[in-house]
Amino acid sequence: MHDHSELTPLAEDPELSYYARRTNAIEALLIEKGVLTAEEVRRSIDDMDSKSPAVGARVVAKAWVDRDFKTRLLTDARTAIAGVGLNVSSRSPSYELVALENTDTVHHAIVCTLCSCYPFTLLGRPPAWYKSVNYRARVVIDPRDVLREFGLVLAPEVEVRVHDSTADVRYLVIPKRPSGTESMSEEELAALVTRDSMIGVAEARTPD
Amino acid sequence: MSGHIRTPGYIQGKSGTIEAVRGEFGNPESRGHGGDGLPRVALYLVSFDQTHVWVDYKGQPQDKLLVEVFEHWLEPA
Repeated sequence: MHDHSELTPLAEDPELSYYARRTNAIEALLIEKGVLTAEEVRRSIDDMDSKSPAVGARVVAKAWVDRDFKTRLLTDARTAIAGVGLNVSSRSPSYELVALENTDTVHHAIVCTLCSCYPFTLLGRPPAWYKSVNYRARVVIDPRDVLREFGLVLAPEVEVRVHDSTADVRYLVIPKRPSGTESMSEEELAALVTRDSMIGVAEARTPD
Repeated sequence: MSGHIRTPGYIQGKSGTIEAVRGEFGNPESRGHGGDGLPRVALYLVSFDQTHVWVDYKGQPQDKLLVEVFEHWLEPA
């Protein structure tokens, strides 16, 4: 790493990609024109960074132990989650939230082929692979092979349902509750719920 | 179709089954160009058989692709 001059505008940093420089240039223009402030941009990034898959994991663990909650979650996810006091508020709450339950016979996996729509209030920022052209293009065409690459081999009789999150709905997958977890607390269960299992490319962890 | 259509090319012209009505949302053809998205448009969850969407689909016949499509981009099949 060499020393960057603090005076070099980000939009001109040759080490950044074309799109990063373009974004920085647009941001600088918007700030210059008074459309938004640097503080608003910073707060927005803080807001995104404050979300993590731990929030979604708590929702899933609660659904595993509380049948009524799971029913409400599957019927109206936003209301169900708000009702248990989990803070999933967002500055842009215009989208619908839908929870999908994976079972022994049905497996849901989520993608956004057109961009990278993602339930960031529940899962934080999407992983790089979720935004990659490779995942987005292939998981709709050949989901079973792509899931196998993630280490998830599905039986032939399972119905694979790939949801392309193209419009105003964001999805949370409720993975199957692992066996051998009957005596675990909600908090212990939440630790088994991984980000990938809530996107539907993996199962929840099995207890050690 | 033109504009900001939010409908993946792979289902254009394909037949599917409406599984749910998601409610009414701002019209992306307007929102995508800085408009207010009004009037709002009904959004449907449509399921497609993978074997119908992809002629050489390698998975199982029961596998599905599910996409939300706005009402004005659907036609009776």
